[in-house]
Amino acid sequence: MKIIVLVKQVPDTWGERTLNTATGQLDRAASDAVIDEIDERALEVALQFKDANDAEVIALSMGPSSVTEVLRKSLAMGADAALHVQDDALSGSDLSRTAAVLAAAITKSGFDLVIAGNEATDGRGGVIPAMIAEHLGVPSMTYLDSSEIVPGSIRGVRGDEHGTVAVHASLPAVISVTEASAEPRFPNFKGIMRAKKKPLDVWSLADLGLDESGYAPGTEITRTTERPARTAGTKIVDTGDAGIQLAEFLAAGRLI
Amino acid sequence: MTHALAFIEISASGEIRNTAAMLIAAAAQLGTPVAVVVAAPGTGDAVTAQLGALGAAQVYLAETDTAGSLLVAPQLAALEAASAALQPSAIVLAHSIDGREIAGRLAVRLRTGLLVDVVDVRSEAGNVIATHSVFGGGYTVEATVPGGGPAIVTVRQGAIEARADATTATLTTEAVIVDAASAAVIDAVHDAVVATDRPELRGAARVVSGGRGLGSQANFALVEQLADALGAAVGASRAAVDAGYVPQTSQVGQTGITVSPQLYIALGISGAIQHRAGMQTAKTIVAINKDADAPIFDIADFGIVGDVFTVVPQLIEALGTRAE
Ligand SMILES: Cc1cc2nc3c(=O)[nH]c(=O)nc-3n(C[C@H](O)[C@H](O)[C@H](O)COP(=O)(O)OP(=O)(O)OC[C@H]3O[C@@H](n4cnc5c(N)ncnc54)[C@H](O)[C@@H]3O)c2cc1C
Ligand SMILES: Nc1ncnc2c1ncn2[C@@H]1O[C@H](COP(=O)(O)O)[C@@H](O)[C@H]1O
Repeated sequence: MKIIVLVKQVPDTWGERTLNTATGQLDRAASDAVIDEIDERALEVALQFKDANDAEVIALSMGPSSVTEVLRKSLAMGADAALHVQDDALSGSDLSRTAAVLAAAITKSGFDLVIAGNEATDGRGGVIPAMIAEHLGVPSMTYLDSSEIVPGSIRGVRGDEHGTVAVHASLPAVISVTEASAEPRFPNFKGIMRAKKKPLDVWSLADLGLDESGYAPGTEITRTTERPARTAGTKIVDTGDAGIQLAEFLAAGRLI
Repeated sequence: MTHALAFIEISASGEIRNTAAMLIAAAAQLGTPVAVVVAAPGTGDAVTAQLGALGAAQVYLAETDTAGSLLVAPQLAALEAASAALQPSAIVLAHSIDGREIAGRLAVRLRTGLLVDVVDVRSEAGNVIATHSVFGGGYTVEATVPGGGPAIVTVRQGAIEARADATTATLTTEAVIVDAASAAVIDAVHDAVVATDRPELRGAARVVSGGRGLGSQANFALVEQLADALGAAVGASRAAVDAGYVPQTSQVGQTGITVSPQLYIALGISGAIQHRAGMQTAKTIVAINKDADAPIFDIADFGIVGDVFTVVPQLIEALGTRAE
């Protein structure tokens, strides 16, 4: 069983995240880059299966050179190998291009199962896993709160706005997992040492047999504006009548 | 005028999901709105009048036996067929769990551009322009799909308040063929029974949220009491969700729901950056917290340093007195 886990590097949500208002692109220098928390959970789902079964787990990421850190962490957690798609031509890629490139890398590597996070904390698109599945021509099951890999197939419970749906699909398939899935493990010292010897391959677009043309017409950012920062208003310390003062504030603002 | 498709989600029992009105309105901003619905043969006609009342000029009813048994594949086949038949300038879906999966696969299948989680759409010189609110509302980004092909757009639930004028929809019924080989199978559907007449969190005009400061599931009732006194929806921080006070569907923030109400009241919530990302575009923010240094106060229009268990009951009483 060959499992590919998609890990994305994102700006740390604990810091300020900044867009370049001229290009609409992420200002990578302005914040710390970390492995997206949700992708650590995706990796955990793969590693738990590997703990009890014969499986090969590969972490795949597309992004600039700093992505190496994210892949090293994945290897330290227990992934067997890592793949990094890096190419200057990929800077500023939109959803269509990201999905096409990741799908090409997955095809080149070969796979039985792809596990992704349900949505990245930066873009919050939540569409890349489904797009990849369509490129690969395999079933997708996104937003799984729980999942179980059984011989030849995968089943899981998908939480949606209305309740839950129990689903299954034959392998090969693509799934994405939510925050409700496995709590990720911490890399231990042994894992960190071992990670140094594990393979980390870097592929360019040429290695994937792709060039800059041949993508679906993508999207174009036409304008980016920053919302003025919010400022604090009135702040009172309760001395026994704060509830009454708040009712007055709400009434004055026609909020009740 | 070209067509714009609005994909309408329906429940297992055939009811239109509440995103329909918003989606038809969004489609109407881009072209002649056509509602696309998937149903088992002979079961879908009933929604035609309802969708017309919401502004759909036409209902494209795709019939397949696989509706309800295959995950997203019937919906994909329906939109692919409707798109081929009507050559729309845009296909609009909800940015829901299903909507995202359908939209993502459709964009690849039709080889066209995808604009996700948009809060507004308009048409300019024949181009679809979408407005996104990113990084918790810190930035507004406009984007478009250059070149041909329908723009595929997912709209944030509750984001568009406009409504299209009611009309009488024409009905087109087509049988669609679904590729089952690359589809996941639905084994069981459990729609949670919502036994509440509180407004839904998404799109609510008023939201009262509780955090870890409430201390227990039993105490969380205080949040619900204030919400009911204000006719507000109930939200929560992730810490309150993780502690089991409320279901995950109430989570506001980075990895929860994004709300943009007229009034947001945060009770016993510290205001971590990930929570603020989901509520800081609210018109008016009120916070009650014991800790004078809680970061929520940095963005509150009215902050009270105090105990929720004394301030909130007094507020509820004051609201009651005013209502009389
Ligand atoms: C990747 C990532 C994604 C996340 N996504 C989300 C998200 O979507 N939504 C979200 O909310 N969080 C999210 N978080 C978690 C976030 O960082 C915080 O941990 C969380 O918001 C804290 O919730 P809280 O404010 O309820 O709890 P705490 O931070 O523990 O705050 C509780 C507050 O209650 C106050 N308090 C206690 N008792 C009383 C009382 N009697 N009266 C008044 N005040 C009282 C305390 O002073 C304190 O300020 C995310 C974190 C990460 C890393
Ligand atoms: N550049 C990327 N490299 C690797 N994985 C990615 C990348 N972009 C998205 N993903 C995966 O797709 C998931 C959903 O991302 P998104 O659709 O962007 O919200 C993420 O949690 C990752 O697992």
